Amino acid sequence: MSHTIEVNGNRHTVDAEGDTPLLWVLRDILDLTGTKYGCGVGQCGACTVHANGAAVRSCMLPLESVGDLRITTIEGVGAIDVGRKVQEKWLALDVPQCGYCQGGQIMSATALLMHIARPGDAEIDAAMAGNLCRCGCYPRIRAAIKHIGDSRAA
Amino acid sequence: MATTVADLPAEHLGMSRRSFLIAASAAGGGLLLAATVPFARNTAWAADPEEYLVTIYARIDPLGAVTILAPNPEVGQGTKTALPMIFAEEFDVAWKDVTIEMADYQGGRMGSQSSGGSYSTPSNWMPLRKAGAAARQMMLSAAAARWGVAASECSTADGVVSHASSGRSLAYGALAGSAAKLPVPDLDTVALKDESTFKIIGKSVVDPDKARIVTGRQQFGIDVKVPGMRYAVFQKGPVFDAEVRTANVGEIKAMPGVSHVLVLKGAQRQLEGPPGQPGPGIDDGLRGGVAIVADSWWRAQKARRKLIVQWEEGPHADDSTRAFDARAQHLLGQTAEGVVRIDGDPDGVLASAARVVRASYSYPFISHVPMEPQNCVASYKDGKVEIWAPTQNPGAGRKGVAKALGIEPDDILIHMIRCGGGFGRRLANDYMIEASVISKQIGAPVKVLWTREDEIQHDFYRPGGYHNLTAGLNAGHELVVWQNHFAGFARSEYFARLAVPGADAFPAGFVPNYALRTSRISCNVPVGPLRAPGDNAHAWVFQSFMDEIAHAAGRDPIEFQLELLANPLSGEGVGKGGSAFAPGLIAARMATVLKRVREISDWDSRHKLPAGTGMGVACYFSHLGYCAQVHQVSVHADGTVTPHAIWAAVDVGRQIVNPTNAENQVTGSIMDGISAALGQEITFERGRVVQSNYHDYTLLRNTKIPRMQIEFLKTDYPLTGLGEPAYPSALPAFCNAIYAASGRRVRKLPISAANLKA
Repeated sequence: MSHTIEVNGNRHTVDAEGDTPLLWVLRDILDLTGTKYGCGVGQCGACTVHANGAAVRSCMLPLESVGDLRITTIEGVGAIDVGRKVQEKWLALDVPQCGYCQGGQIMSATALLMHIARPGDAEIDAAMAGNLCRCGCYPRIRAAIKHIGDSRAA
Repeated sequence: MATTVADLPAEHLGMSRRSFLIAASAAGGGLLLAATVPFARNTAWAADPEEYLVTIYARIDPLGAVTILAPNPEVGQGTKTALPMIFAEEFDVAWKDVTIEMADYQGGRMGSQSSGGSYSTPSNWMPLRKAGAAARQMMLSAAAARWGVAASECSTADGVVSHASSGRSLAYGALAGSAAKLPVPDLDTVALKDESTFKIIGKSVVDPDKARIVTGRQQFGIDVKVPGMRYAVFQKGPVFDAEVRTANVGEIKAMPGVSHVLVLKGAQRQLEGPPGQPGPGIDDGLRGGVAIVADSWWRAQKARRKLIVQWEEGPHADDSTRAFDARAQHLLGQTAEGVVRIDGDPDGVLASAARVVRASYSYPFISHVPMEPQNCVASYKDGKVEIWAPTQNPGAGRKGVAKALGIEPDDILIHMIRCGGGFGRRLANDYMIEASVISKQIGAPVKVLWTREDEIQHDFYRPGGYHNLTAGLNAGHELVVWQNHFAGFARSEYFARLAVPGADAFPAGFVPNYALRTSRISCNVPVGPLRAPGDNAHAWVFQSFMDEIAHAAGRDPIEFQLELLANPLSGEGVGKGGSAFAPGLIAARMATVLKRVREISDWDSRHKLPAGTGMGVACYFSHLGYCAQVHQVSVHADGTVTPHAIWAAVDVGRQIVNPTNAENQVTGSIMDGISAALGQEITFERGRVVQSNYHDYTLLRNTKIPRMQIEFLKTDYPLTGLGEPAYPSALPAFCNAIYAASGRRVRKLPISAANLKA
């Protein structure tokens, strides 16, 4: 069955069953593999994308529910000013270790910073607790978000 | 153009026991280099007779671009960057001119090419320096010959040879063609740089992969796609070693997109042999199960939900954590079965001790859970297999695939793809064997991808263990007796690898009357190495109990351990956990990190902390590195714990190759240790793993993250890797801080908030 969805500003018509999670549409049909599979049940955040600017878990979003939502992935988030800043700061602070979860981390951090210019610890806790990092990059993730917040407030 | 090993004369590479360098002209006018350097092991330190042979490949093109082939798998530990940094330093090129490519597995011609045991750095350090220095020497010689001057009058910097007295200079790229025709220097005598002049080593370098990681363009194993590829899921038995009796194969085969349903029989188990004998490695042969192959992974996975299998569950279908615990308690109440080490008269002196301290500690099985689930792409054709795998250990994988398919190892090509975490899990290659077997059976390339549930329920777990400890203090409050009866898991008549504490594990060798005795609990749970194998559990037991003893003696835990460390029973180092790269535990190094962490944490002011807040300390020697940590935590009335601050002093020798990465490794190890202490536990019921995903196998999340201060002490010892040394001391430092904050001693992992309630 065919569905038309908008990803990173482009419209794609994909032929897949409606219950296929967006994650697998992105990865295996559209070849946007920066969005990762980690748990399949919304527990780890590796599959985080933006739907109309909000962070969502693409493993929990069936293709048939995407509708008119504007989807942004890690491959496209650099086109947003905040997203690009987050990517740059992530590199400058050498945040990633293995790097597998980092696309999801960056998508959650960008969504946070799009809504709150200068998040405090409690807001970072709330926005980032859903993104697991098995390598333990948490201190630098936190530092990167705070750096960006501070630079925007200055 | 890529540097490939195929471009170089292959004969003798990796086969010689002497150092040598091969130089050849590259297509397009550059220079190709291959250096093979056996690592000069120190027989006084070496615990095993293995030779470490390292080969590096590099290419310099006429425009001066340098390509270095990274030999060892990247799992996030930084080896893909660190090893080329070492070569580039001695070659004396600018880092901006260096491109790193990941090597394929070369079947021994590039050394072992495995990433484990924090050995990549120490085993490659000197060979890569020599190879880089020899390459630099060739550039000097080529320039000197062209100018008609002595090479000794020339110097190098940033990929340029200069002759100061005439003001002439030539870039390496312009010299590469003529350097390729020169005789190669002797690697054993080539002059190395003075370490104080290093320009790349010791400066932070961000792994070039990370620019792709932050934009979603870095390829991981799970992202590999090859033409004609199909997707597979593999349902293994709910009980380890179960075999399929019957399955609804016809029904599944009729589901949308499904092309094949294969019932696969498991391979014969390879179990542990006697200690000291070469073991079978990790028992990662094929397990019994049903493979579903489809035109998309989601369709294969959807079909799997309808799969109904009757399993032959075998003799372990009633195993449970409760039964293991009961068996351990029974064994620990009896005379121990075996003895690992006895010093002095531990029973006799205990009888006359002024003070006796007893405690029982236990820890669970835990799972590696790297964020990237196990996966592999394999393409079998005409008796050969091409494999794309996120593996830490391609050599063992190649052997396993060869055995499973009945083909020659040389007919298997393995591409090593960046791994989304390893932690030891990818030292096993079961996913590689599955993909290869399925590809052969269906006659097409296939990607096998595990679900998170597969990952948690089919791991090679860190084995659990139970320790009954007894300490005796004399009238002077000195530790004079240490006894441990350990009950641990065995899959054969021998213990699981790395389950039993080493005979030399601290404080062995520092307490005059010492006993380590053992008893076995039978199980069939697959086990394997997890970050800092053995030490990841034993350090928690020994350093927690040490803290108990110090408190019982009314002593400052740091002072107490420093006194112990001041009096080794015999000569330092030799034989205690050493390897080819460095000696064993050197008491002075451990004492130094302890003293340093005391200073940076302001340990002596800890009595000023508010009620409910406390500081704990621990130190450990692991994988040739030394780490001492102080943690400061609060324990709340509901039993929850908030970590506030962590200080760590680390000694991994005389150089920190890449400081930003070194800090990441130590931070990550400490986070990992806290994560394990707080929430990680695998339990069994009816022979089955109870946990299935991150909701019930819980990892530390990005909340309540403590501030951290990490300090590296550079000491005049051979350097070692950093993937592991900081993990073991994290758990006991954290738990000792909980004791200081609450008066409650954590003797069972994971930490139970219920047990810490006020």
